[in-house]
Amino acid sequence: MSEAYDVVVIGSGPGGYVAAIRCAQLGLKTACIERAELGGICLNWGCIPTKALLKTAEVLEHAHRAKEFGILVDNVRVDFPAVIKRSRDISEKISKGVGFLFKKNKIDSIAGTAKLLPRAGAWKPHQIEVVKDNAKQVVETKHVILATGARARSLPGITIDGERIIEYRKAMTLPSQPKSLVVLGAGAIGVEFASFYRSLGVEVTIVEFLPRLVPNEDAEVSKELARAFDKRGIKALVGHKVTSADKTGTGVKIAIEPANGGDKQTLEADILLVAVGVQANTENLGLEAHGIQLDRGFIKTDAENKCGDGLWAIGDVIGRGLAHVASAEGVFVAEKIANVHAEPVRYDAIPACTYCYPEIASVGLTEDKAKAQNIPIKVGRFPFRALARATASGEPNGFIKVVWHGETGALVGAHLIGPAVTDLIAELTLAKTTEVNAESLIYTIHAHPTFAEAIKGASEEAVGHAIDL
Amino acid sequence: MAQILGLPKLSPTMEEGVLVRWTKKEGDKVSPGDLIAEVETDKANMDFNIEDEGVLLKFLVQAGETVKLGAPVAIIGKAGEDTSALEAQAKSGGAAPAAKAEPKQEAKPAPKAEAKPAAKPEPKAEAKPAPKAEPKPAPKAASGNGAPGKLLASPLAKSMAIELGIDLRTVTGTGPGGRIVERDVKAAADGGAAKQPEADEEPTQPTEVKAETAIAVRAPRREDHDGDFEDVATSNMRKRIAQRLTEASRDIPQFYLMRSLDVAPLLGFRERLNTLLGDKGKVSVNDLVIKAVALALRRVPECNASWEGDAIRRYHRVHIGVAVAIEDGLVTPVVRDADQKGIGSIAAEVRDLADRAKKRQLKGPEITGSTFTVSNLGMFGIERFTAILNPPEAGILAIGGTLDVPVVQNGQVVAGKRMTVTMTCDHRVIDGALGAKWLAAFAELLEHPESLAL
Repeated sequence: MSEAYDVVVIGSGPGGYVAAIRCAQLGLKTACIERAELGGICLNWGCIPTKALLKTAEVLEHAHRAKEFGILVDNVRVDFPAVIKRSRDISEKISKGVGFLFKKNKIDSIAGTAKLLPRAGAWKPHQIEVVKDNAKQVVETKHVILATGARARSLPGITIDGERIIEYRKAMTLPSQPKSLVVLGAGAIGVEFASFYRSLGVEVTIVEFLPRLVPNEDAEVSKELARAFDKRGIKALVGHKVTSADKTGTGVKIAIEPANGGDKQTLEADILLVAVGVQANTENLGLEAHGIQLDRGFIKTDAENKCGDGLWAIGDVIGRGLAHVASAEGVFVAEKIANVHAEPVRYDAIPACTYCYPEIASVGLTEDKAKAQNIPIKVGRFPFRALARATASGEPNGFIKVVWHGETGALVGAHLIGPAVTDLIAELTLAKTTEVNAESLIYTIHAHPTFAEAIKGASEEAVGHAIDL
Repeated sequence: MAQILGLPKLSPTMEEGVLVRWTKKEGDKVSPGDLIAEVETDKANMDFNIEDEGVLLKFLVQAGETVKLGAPVAIIGKAGEDTSALEAQAKSGGAAPAAKAEPKQEAKPAPKAEAKPAAKPEPKAEAKPAPKAEPKPAPKAASGNGAPGKLLASPLAKSMAIELGIDLRTVTGTGPGGRIVERDVKAAADGGAAKQPEADEEPTQPTEVKAETAIAVRAPRREDHDGDFEDVATSNMRKRIAQRLTEASRDIPQFYLMRSLDVAPLLGFRERLNTLLGDKGKVSVNDLVIKAVALALRRVPECNASWEGDAIRRYHRVHIGVAVAIEDGLVTPVVRDADQKGIGSIAAEVRDLADRAKKRQLKGPEITGSTFTVSNLGMFGIERFTAILNPPEAGILAIGGTLDVPVVQNGQVVAGKRMTVTMTCDHRVIDGALGAKWLAAFAELLEHPESLAL
C-alpha cells in the first residue's frame, strides 16, 4: 500500500492529463493511471494522427494542383506506409510530451488498468486497484477523476473484424492503401476519413442514415459539403441504412436501403469503415460498488461533474465527445477539488471542428435550432469567393455564416466551411463566450487581406450594411 | 441672419425656468460655450451657455421672468441687423428654433432616447453608436465592480443596459474577474421590472404576497469610503410596507382608545382549554383575542366597516387579519369568518398561516380581504402600543403584554393580571363613542372568556 493521494485521475486523454496537471498546479498530490499510451485516444488514435494524415492529403492535393500555381510537378505518387508511419511518429512524439509534462508537474504516472474498490465508509480514502501484467497495487486517494473516455461502437448486424470491417483506429493504420472504401456514418470521423482516402485516390462512398452529411452542422454547411464532396468524386448516400455487411474473399458486401423504405442495393468495397459513434469505457471500473449511475451507457454526473462522494467524471465517458470539452471539464473539476474559483464550462459556446476538405467549424446554435427556440435572429453570410485572400490562395469555395440575436446583438451561432475555418472559429467562440456583440465585432479592425475578414463581412451583412458584397 | 434664441432644456425634467440674470449685455459678441445667463430650473440654478456664434441683438425677457421651455429669450445675429420682424414674431408666440445649449454644471443625463440600440448598428456613414454604449461613470462614484471609473462589462451587457435603462454601476458582475455579463443585466432588469407593476396596483388589498417573490431590487449602492454607513437595498415587500403605511398614516384621520383588561379569567380559561385539548394542540392568548375581536364586531357591526368616500361599507362577514412578523417585514394573513369558528380551529389556522407566512408560502387570497386586524406585541414585552390602520379597515387592535399588577378588589390591594389593548380607529367611520362601545363589548367578552365558547 502506497501513500494516499489527494487526486487520482483514471485515464490520460485530453480530459485526464489536463485535469491531473491542473490539480498538481493547485498543490494537490496527484497521480494519473493509464492502461495504454499517455494522451489517450486524442493524441494516439484520434485528433492528432488523423490531422497528420489529412495534412498528407492536403500536400497531395496541392501537388496535383501545382500547375495551377505555376509549379510543374511530375510523377506524384503516394508512399502509403510512409504516410501511416509519419502519422504514428507524430502521435508517439506528442504522447512523450505528456509524460514530460507529468514529470515536470510531479504527477505520478501509473501504468496499468484501474478499478475502484468498494469503500468501507465515507471517512476512508478511496482505494484503486491497478493491475499491470501480473502485478497488482492499490493506491489511496481522497478524490478520483474518471476520465476513461470512449471507443467506437458498431451497429447490430455489423461485426467489426479489424480487417475488412474496421473502425477508426484501424483506418489510420491500414497496411496498404485500399482501392475502395465505404464509410458508414457522415459525422466528423466519417467525413474526415472519406476526405483523406479520396485525396489518395480511393473510391469512397459514404452511407448516412440521416438525410444529410454532417447532420449536426447547419443545413447550409451540409449542402456546401455535399457539393464539394460530389465535385471531388465522393459518393454520398444519405438517408440510407445498412442492413448487412458480409466479408467476401476479396472485400466486403454491404446491403443498404433507403431509411424511409425503397429499393435495396448492394455495395462492394475493399474496406467498410464503421463511424457511427462511440460508447463509454465504463466496464470493470468498479462503478457499481459506488452507486454510480449510467445514462445510455455514459456515466451520469451532476452539474459539477460529480458522480459520488469524492468521485468525479469528465469527457467522453460522460458523453461529451470533444477533446477540448474534456480538457475544460478537467480544469473545472480540478479547481472544484482544490476549492478555488471554478468558472463553469460554457456548454453553449463549444467550438466543433471537422478537418475534411473543405474544413468545417461551428459554435452555438444552427439557424434551424435558433428558429425552433423562437430566438429572433439576424443571419449574415460571406462567401469566400468574395474574399481577395481566398481567391489569391486558390480557395474560393465555402462561406462564413453568422447568426446574431435580432434584439440583443449577442452571437447565437456561427457556421463556417472553407479555408482556415477551424482556426477562424476561435474569434467567434471568443465573441460568444465573452459576449462581444455584432456591433463590437464590426468595429473591430480585421487585418487585410485575411480569411478572418469574412467574419466581419458576414456580420456586416447580418445587420444590413455589407461593404464588400 | 438673425434668429430667435429659445430657452434650452437645462435639466432633464425642467418644463420652465426663471431667468435669474443676464451675464451679457445686448450688443455683446458671443461665441459657442459663452455663459449668457443664469436660469433657475426645478433642480438648481443652471448656466445657460450658448452654442451659436454672433451678437446678442435683443433680449426678449428680463431678469426675474418665468419662461417656458423653448420660448424665445433673445435674438442673436450679426451686428446692426434689423430685429423688428423677429421681435414681432416672438411676441406673437412664434416658435423659437430648437435651442442649442448644453447644461454645463450638471453631469450630462444618461443617454436614453438618443442612444442607438446597439443591436442595430446604423450604416457606417452615420454617427457611430459604439462610443455611446460606453457608460460614463461619474468621476467620483465608486463603481459597482472594481476601481472607480473603470467598469468591467461585456459589450453585450453594455448595450443591453442602455436598452433596458439600467445603470451598470449598480450591477454586480458575476463573470470572470467580476465582469458584468448578460445574465447580470438581465437579473438587474428583472429585479427592476418586478417593482414596476406594483406601483399601479389596487392599493386596497394588502399585497405582501409579493414577498413570495421578493427580488431584492438593486438600489444604487452608495458605499461610503469611510464606512460611515451602508445602503441596504429595499425589498419589494419593504417598499410596499413603506408605501401603504405612509398612505395610511398620512391620509386617514386616526385616533386611539386604550383600555386595560382583567385577563386573570382569560388565562385560567386558556389553561383549562389546553388541558382539555391535551396533545391535540395549544390555544394562545392571541387566538382568544382574535375570537373576542370577531364576536365584538358581531355585537357592534358598525365597526366592521370601511370608508369608501361616498359611502361607508359595512361588511356582513368578519375576517380578522393577524399581523405576523417575518424576516425583513410583516404579512397579515386572514382568518375568515372568525366569529363562526371555534377557538381550536382558529388556533390551528393561525399557526398554519404564521408558519407558511415565515416561509413566504402564503397565497394571495390568504392575505387579502380582512375587515379588522389584530396586532400583538405582548410576547415581546411591550406593555402597550398604537398600531397604524391597515386600509381599508376602519379599526386595528394593538395588544400589549399581560402584566402582574396590584389591583384593588373589595377595598383590598391584591395581585391581578392586566392587559392593555389600544384600538386605532378611522374617524371617518368610527367616532369616539362608537369605538368606546366596541371596546366595551370586546372587554366584556375577554373578561368573561366562557362567552367566547358560546
